[in-house]
Amino acid sequence: MRIPCPYCGPRDTAEFSYRGDATLSRPDASGDPAIDDVAMFAYVYLRDNPVGRHQEFWYHGSGCRSWLVVTRDTTSHDISDVRLATAERP
Amino acid sequence: MTGGYRLGGGIIDRARTLRFSFDGATMDGFAGDTLASALIANGTRLVGRSFKYHRPRGIFSAGPEEPNALVELRCGARREPNTKATTVELYDGLSAQSQNRWPSLRFDLRAVHQLAAPLLVAGFYYKTFMWPAAMWEKLYEPAIRRSAGLGRLSGEPDPDLYEKACAFCDLLVIGGGPAGLSAALAAGRAGARVILVDEDFMLGGRLLSETLEVDGMPGVAWARQADIELAALPNVRILRRTTVFGVYDGEYGAIERVADHLPEPAPFTPRQRLWKFVARESLLVSGAIERPIVFGGNDRPGVMLASAVRSYVNRFAASPGRRVVVFTSSDDGWRTAADLDRAGVCVAAVIDPRLEVAAEVRALANDIPVHLGARVIDGHGGQTLRAVEFIDAGGARKTLRADVLAVSGGWNPNIALATHLGGKGEWSPRYSTFLASNAPKTMSIAGAAAGNLTLAAALGDGARCGAAAATRLGFHPGQLQAYRASDEAFAVTPIWHVAGARNKAFVDLQNDVTDSDIAVSVSEGFRSVEHLKRYTTLGMATDQGKTSNLNGLAIMAELTGQAIAQAGITRARSPQVPVAIGAFAGLNTGQHFKPTRLTSAHDWATGQGASFVEAGQWLRAQWFARPGETDWLQSVEREVIAARTTVGICDVSTLGKIALSGPDVGAFLDRIYVNTFSTLAVGKVRYGVMLREDGFVMDDGTTARLAPDNYLLSTTTANAAKVMEHLEFCHQVLWPELDVQMVSVTEQWAQFAVSGPHSRSLLQRLFGAAADLSDAAFPYMACGEFCLGRIRARLFRISFSGERAYEIAVPAGFGNALARELMAAGEDLSVMPYGIEALSVMRIEKGHVAGNELNGQTVARDLGLGRMMSTKKDFVGRIMAGRPALVDPRRPTLVGLKPLDPKDRLRNGAHLMAPGAIPGPDADEGYITSTAFSPSLGHWIGLGLLTRGPERLGARIRVYDPIRSGDSEAEIVSPIFLDPEGGKLRG
Repeated sequence: MRIPCPYCGPRDTAEFSYRGDATLSRPDASGDPAIDDVAMFAYVYLRDNPVGRHQEFWYHGSGCRSWLVVTRDTTSHDISDVRLATAERP
Repeated sequence: MTGGYRLGGGIIDRARTLRFSFDGATMDGFAGDTLASALIANGTRLVGRSFKYHRPRGIFSAGPEEPNALVELRCGARREPNTKATTVELYDGLSAQSQNRWPSLRFDLRAVHQLAAPLLVAGFYYKTFMWPAAMWEKLYEPAIRRSAGLGRLSGEPDPDLYEKACAFCDLLVIGGGPAGLSAALAAGRAGARVILVDEDFMLGGRLLSETLEVDGMPGVAWARQADIELAALPNVRILRRTTVFGVYDGEYGAIERVADHLPEPAPFTPRQRLWKFVARESLLVSGAIERPIVFGGNDRPGVMLASAVRSYVNRFAASPGRRVVVFTSSDDGWRTAADLDRAGVCVAAVIDPRLEVAAEVRALANDIPVHLGARVIDGHGGQTLRAVEFIDAGGARKTLRADVLAVSGGWNPNIALATHLGGKGEWSPRYSTFLASNAPKTMSIAGAAAGNLTLAAALGDGARCGAAAATRLGFHPGQLQAYRASDEAFAVTPIWHVAGARNKAFVDLQNDVTDSDIAVSVSEGFRSVEHLKRYTTLGMATDQGKTSNLNGLAIMAELTGQAIAQAGITRARSPQVPVAIGAFAGLNTGQHFKPTRLTSAHDWATGQGASFVEAGQWLRAQWFARPGETDWLQSVEREVIAARTTVGICDVSTLGKIALSGPDVGAFLDRIYVNTFSTLAVGKVRYGVMLREDGFVMDDGTTARLAPDNYLLSTTTANAAKVMEHLEFCHQVLWPELDVQMVSVTEQWAQFAVSGPHSRSLLQRLFGAAADLSDAAFPYMACGEFCLGRIRARLFRISFSGERAYEIAVPAGFGNALARELMAAGEDLSVMPYGIEALSVMRIEKGHVAGNELNGQTVARDLGLGRMMSTKKDFVGRIMAGRPALVDPRRPTLVGLKPLDPKDRLRNGAHLMAPGAIPGPDADEGYITSTAFSPSLGHWIGLGLLTRGPERLGARIRVYDPIRSGDSEAEIVSPIFLDPEGGKLRG
C-alpha cells in the first residue's frame, strides 16, 4: 500500500506508522471529574471497527514527520483522501 | 538405452553439453534443457516417491504446476529441497537427489504405507491420532514429524546473498507468452514504461512448445524477434526467470531467480532478488494450465499432461517414452498425437470419451488408431507405466501396451493472481472452467488467462489489451497490429473422473489425495470447497493444487449433486509459488538484521578497550576493562569509584535530544509533562516526566531552556523516536494553534557526562577563560553555551550519578576529539572513562528510575514521582492517571532493598512477599526491578515495586526467586542509598 503524502507524494507504507481512528477529538477538561473521566475513557479506549471508509491517523515518521488524516476503505485499502492533520478536518 | 530418447530439432543448444548427476548417476544434457527434460532424454522415469504412500512418481508436467518431480538440488549448505525438476534450468555440474525415499528411490521400504492406507484417509490427522492421548508424545508426534515434508533442509546457514529491489512502471505485463509479448509490444511501442515478467528463461510461453506459426514464421522465431524488439525499447524492461507471486494493494511481489541456473552465484551477486513492482496497471497474461483426468493408477511414472509431452518433444527434443497413448477429452490433446507422430514417436492410440470430434481434429491423428466414446480406467505397471486399460464405446475393457499416457482434460486459465485481492473464480459454461471475476481494479486479463485459448485469439487479445491499457494511461498506441496465426481447435467436453478403477485414483498427486478421500469427506458432511480442501489437504501442497483443484471440486460437486458453478472454487492466496524466506529477509540477516548506530566517539571508546552492548540500534560502551581485571564486576567497581571520588567520563550521546523553538514552547511542554516548564528560567534545566494519555508513564528526562523561545528536551535512549512521534502528534493533531517548531537533534550532538568531585576542575581547564564554572555562576541545574576553541559547546549541570556532574555537548563531528581532550585535561585528576554498567550502578545507588521501572505499567506515583504532577494545569494523561486503580495506595511503589545478609545477591525479577508467606500469586506483593552490587556500600542493592512500600521502610520482606533458587530476606529501605540530601551534587 502506498500513501500519497501531501508533502512527499506517494510513499510506501513502511515509511508511516499507524495510529487509528482520526474522527475522535481529545476532550477538553471540563473541570467536572465525572464528565471528564467518561469522555477521556471513550477517547482513549473506545474504537469502532467500520467496514468501508475510515478516517485514520498515519504518521510519516520516515519522511516529513507529518501526521496525516487518511481516508481509507477498510475493505479495499483504497485511499480516497489524505490531508495534513494540522489542516482543517474534513 | 541412455541417450536414446533424444529426438531431432528442438530449441536446445547441442553444441553445449552439460554434465549433471541424479542420485549419483552421471548424465548429459544440453544448454536449454530443464532438469526434467534432461532426465527424460536420459530415459529416467522414476524421480521421486509420493508424500503419504511413497508410491513411485515420475515427471508429470513441464512447468511450475509440477506436483511430482520434486528433487533436492545441490549439496552441502546450498542443498535446497522440493525444487521442481520441470523448472530447474540445467547447468554444468548440477547435482540432484530424489526425496522422500528410504533406503533408495527404487527400493523404498516406506512404500508399505500403502498397506496402511485405511489409516491415512481424508482427515486422518483428526482421526487416527485422536486417542489414546498418551500415544501423542511417544508415538504419533515423532512419527508425524519424521514423515512430514518431502525434502531435507541443509541445516546450515545459507551462504548466498538475497536482495530486494523496487521498480516502477506504467504497465506490468505478467507473462511472456504470445499474449504477453503482443501486449508488451503494443504498450511499449506507444511509449509506456513496461515491465515484462516471465518465469521461464526464454520468452515465448507455449510458443516454445508448439509447432504453430505466427506471421508465417515458426512461433519460436516470432517470440525471439519480439524479444529483440522489446529489449531494444528503452522504456521496456524484461525480467526473465521471474515469477510474480502475489498481488497487493497497488503493488506486486515477484521473485527473480538471478543465479539459480548457475552452480553458485558470481561473487557479490545475489542468488535471488525479491521485487516489489509498483505499477499503475497490470495485465495478467499468465496463460492456462492443462488439467488432467482422474482414473486408476494415474500417478504411475509415464502418465503425463498431453501439453507437457508436446513440450518435451517440440521444445526439448526429448521423448518421454517409446509408445504413447493419448487420452483426451479436448481437441487440443489430439495435437499431441500429431506432434509425436511427426517426431517419429509411436502413438498406440488416441482415446477420446467424446463420440464425435470435428473432422479437422480427427485428421490430426492421421493413421493412429482412434477410440471414440472410450475412456481410460486404469494405468498398470510398477515403477513405470506398462499398460493402459480402457473401456471402449461398447463397454468392453481393453488393454494397450504403452509406457506413456498423455492426458488432456482441457485447460484452466491461470487466474490465481486475479483473486489475491478478493476476486473470485466464476464458472464459464462455454470454457468449462473458472474465469476471473472481480479482478483488482488496476488489473486486466488477456490471452489464455482470459479464456482465449487459441493462438490467434491470444495474440489479438494481448495486443488489444496492451493498447487499451496504454491508452488509459495516457499514451497513444496508434493502429492495432494484426497477427496472422491459426485458431486451433480447442473444443472440450469435460470429463473429470473415470469411476470404477481397480487402482488408486489420485486427485492431488503431491498430497496423495484420492477420489475416495473426497468421497469420505463428502460422506462426513463437508460440503464447502474450503472445508474439503482443509479436511483432505487437497491443493495444500507446494504446487497449491494447480493441476488438482478443479478435478477435486468437480468430483465433490458430482457427489453432492451440485453444479460446479454452485460448488465454487477455493480462493488462491499469495504466494502463488513457494518463495524462500531468505528472499524476504534480503540483506537483513545476522548483524545486518537491523542497522547499527555508533556514537561519534565510538573509535575513542574502542581504543580505550570498551566492551559494547546493544541499546536499541546503538552500540554503547558497557565497561572499559583494564589489564589484570578478570571479571566485568571488577571493571565496573573501579569505574564507579572513579566517578564518585575523582572524575569519570561517559558517552551519553545516544539519549534522545529534541530541539523546540517558538513562543509557545513553554505552554506546549506544560501540556506534555506532568510538571511545569513555562516557568523554567533561561539557563536552567529541569527534570520532567511525561505520561501516555492512559495515565501511565511514557518517558522521563531533563529539559533545558537555552533561550526564551528555545528549549532542548532529552529522552531516554530507547524512547527517542517514540517521544518525537508523540510530540508531533500533540502538536499537529491536538494543539496545532500553538506556535512551536521541533526537530530531533539526537545525531547532531555528541554528549559526555563528566562526573565526580574533580569534574568542575576538569571542565574549567577545558574551557579556560571562556566559561566561569564556579558554583555561583554555574550552579546545579544550570545550562549554557560556551566557546570551546572555535566551536560552541553546550554545558548542563545535571547529575545522574548523584555526584557533582556536568554534561557537555559538542557538534557530533567533534565527539572523538572531545573525549580525547577530556582525557588529556584530566590526566592528573585520575580521569577514567566509565560505561553504562557503572552508570546504571550509580543510578540505582541514587534511586533514579530507568527503563526497568519505566516499563509501561507504572504511573508517576508508583515511582515516587506523584508529587511532580501539577494540579494547576491540564496535561496528557492527567485525567486517566486519576482512575481509582491508578491511585490505589496498595499499588506497588518504588522502594530500595538491602539484603539482610550482606553476602546475599539480589536479582531482577525476584518476587517480594511477607516473610513466612506461602509463595503464590496471592502472597505476591511486588518484585525487584533493578539490582546492582554497590561498590560504595559493599553489598548488593535493589530497587523494587512493593505494595505500600514507602510505608514499610525498615520492615523485612522475603525475596523469592524460585527460577534461580533464590530465597532470602531483605530490608525495605529508601530507594536513595547514597547522599539522600543531595549535598554532593550541589557541591
